[in-house]
Amino acid sequence: MIRLEELSIDLPGFSLKPLSMSVSEGECFMIVGPSGAGKTLLLEVLAGLQPASGGKIHLKNRNITNIPPEKRNLSIVYQDYALFPHLSVEKNIRWGLRFRTEKSSGRNIDHLLDLLKLRDLLHRDPETLSGGEKQRVALARALAVDPDILLLDEPLSALDTLFRYELLDYLRKLNEEGITILMVTHDFGEVLALGKRVAVLIDGVLEQTGIVKDVFNYPLTTEVAKFVGMSNIWTAEKTGEHQVLLPSGRQLSTQLNGEPGPCIVGIRPEEIVPHVDDGYGERENMLAGTVTSIVHRGAIMEMTVDVDGTPFKTLVTTSDLVRKGFEVGTKAKLEVRTESVHIIKNGRNQK
Amino acid sequence: MWTRSWRERWFFAGMSAFIIIYVILPLFTMFARADWKIVVQTAMDPVVLDALWRSVWTAGASTAVIALFGTPLAYILARRSFKWKATIEAVIDLPIMVPHTVAGIAILMTVSPKAPVGSALVSMGLSPINSNLGIVIACIFVSIPFYVDATRDAFAAVSPRLEKVSRNLGAPFGYTFFHVTLPLARRGILSGLIMSWARAVSEFGAIVIISYHPMVAPVLIYDRFATFGLKYSSPIAVQLILISLVMFILLRVFAVGESRFGRGDSSDQA
Repeated sequence: MIRLEELSIDLPGFSLKPLSMSVSEGECFMIVGPSGAGKTLLLEVLAGLQPASGGKIHLKNRNITNIPPEKRNLSIVYQDYALFPHLSVEKNIRWGLRFRTEKSSGRNIDHLLDLLKLRDLLHRDPETLSGGEKQRVALARALAVDPDILLLDEPLSALDTLFRYELLDYLRKLNEEGITILMVTHDFGEVLALGKRVAVLIDGVLEQTGIVKDVFNYPLTTEVAKFVGMSNIWTAEKTGEHQVLLPSGRQLSTQLNGEPGPCIVGIRPEEIVPHVDDGYGERENMLAGTVTSIVHRGAIMEMTVDVDGTPFKTLVTTSDLVRKGFEVGTKAKLEVRTESVHIIKNGRNQK
Repeated sequence: MWTRSWRERWFFAGMSAFIIIYVILPLFTMFARADWKIVVQTAMDPVVLDALWRSVWTAGASTAVIALFGTPLAYILARRSFKWKATIEAVIDLPIMVPHTVAGIAILMTVSPKAPVGSALVSMGLSPINSNLGIVIACIFVSIPFYVDATRDAFAAVSPRLEKVSRNLGAPFGYTFFHVTLPLARRGILSGLIMSWARAVSEFGAIVIISYHPMVAPVLIYDRFATFGLKYSSPIAVQLILISLVMFILLRVFAVGESRFGRGDSSDQA
């Protein structure tokens, strides 16, 4: 559907290194990265609202790199909705229709109004709508022109939690109806909830592209690992078959294999299981340490356990915390399954 | 807003009152001390009516010219950053800094038949000195910053994203400008038009040098003051102020009634 070939952007204060990727028809492709990574800018370049510095954009095998925005047929939806404040909801939605000649648009609108439950809002002033309603109007306006691809710029981040789940469902429905979606976000949770494939963009560099689950579980670089929530990352030494040596001198078994030498080890915090110290000493990948901090992370707590000077971060529920009696200063034993020990940078992350 | 002590209240009220009274008092005094018999009398005087009408229409003509050429410039200044932008903005504001008689002399030297621009105008059959054209040329010079600055700020207050969305949905640039940008910036632009017109209608210094005759109202007021004294000049002043006030109120009412989304509107901050 859309293919980027060595696309680059060079602006004062920001640059996007040559980037190649493609999105297939009907796909829900996510571009994820921290704020300021140039995600919105990338969407604007695709839509023709900002010039590319180099490379090409192909849409349905047609080079659209130098085509003006009104002739590209890619609809963009911004995080702040960008509804026309001087027009009613209906006029907003119908904005693009006057520039289309296809007769199917009318039927398309009827369908969209039902799907996005907008019929009752048509005569309202955009200023009087809730965030979720505004975003649905913006979606309908973008889809009314029957675009080849829907470009979404962090569509959920300005919404309350309740509306966020609601809109996620709408987006899923739209994608199931065959609408190709290219969405940018800074929240990997949204990627997990909606996306099938993802590209991670950090500081203008495309760090990794792949199936969402693979990127989540097997990040290729430390930047991606940190971004997907792999909070235990250490420089280590690959010592032998299925063995890594942490800086503290602690040996960990892994299912991964590779050449001996320096490497970076990563473990997701939720894959470390904390147990009450049974006093039976250590076994393989069963490490004894002392709890050094317990911090709230929303509904769950992040507990840090110091094992010979290496801080291991793990997640526990409140009830677990009470049941197992963990407090700062108590002993704990950490179970790290061999398949949870990832080697991030040893050339490649061998699965 | 936080709770204010009576000291604060009196401080702000006192300081503000000084400024407001400073503006109102002389105008009020002029009205209060005007000899209304002479005001009515001069209102019938064809010379006075001619000068007042000339002031009104030359100010309108100069504002129209500024709006035509100044709007694209204001848009570019609001939307783009480029190398000489700050310099251009400073140049635009020069007429505010330059004493108006100096502006008059500069324009006179430019449009005199001996200068290239002046000789070009004369060869086209136009007479830029002591003519309506001269008045308009002087008014344009002194009014430019008032329109361009206000319009630039009005455009800047319209989110570029709205224009981007419009283009993205298939609207060409022109359609987007006239149906998104302009309606949303209307209030600020209208304010620029009023300021520009008001500046032109009150211009004296530059006009008196380029075109003493035919007379505009401010020149006639000065002429009557110099020849006959205060008694015969103040009635024309009263009339000019009344005309300006009526125009000002009409446009303000029109602007407030029509536009809910302009610059400074409370809905912007919501």
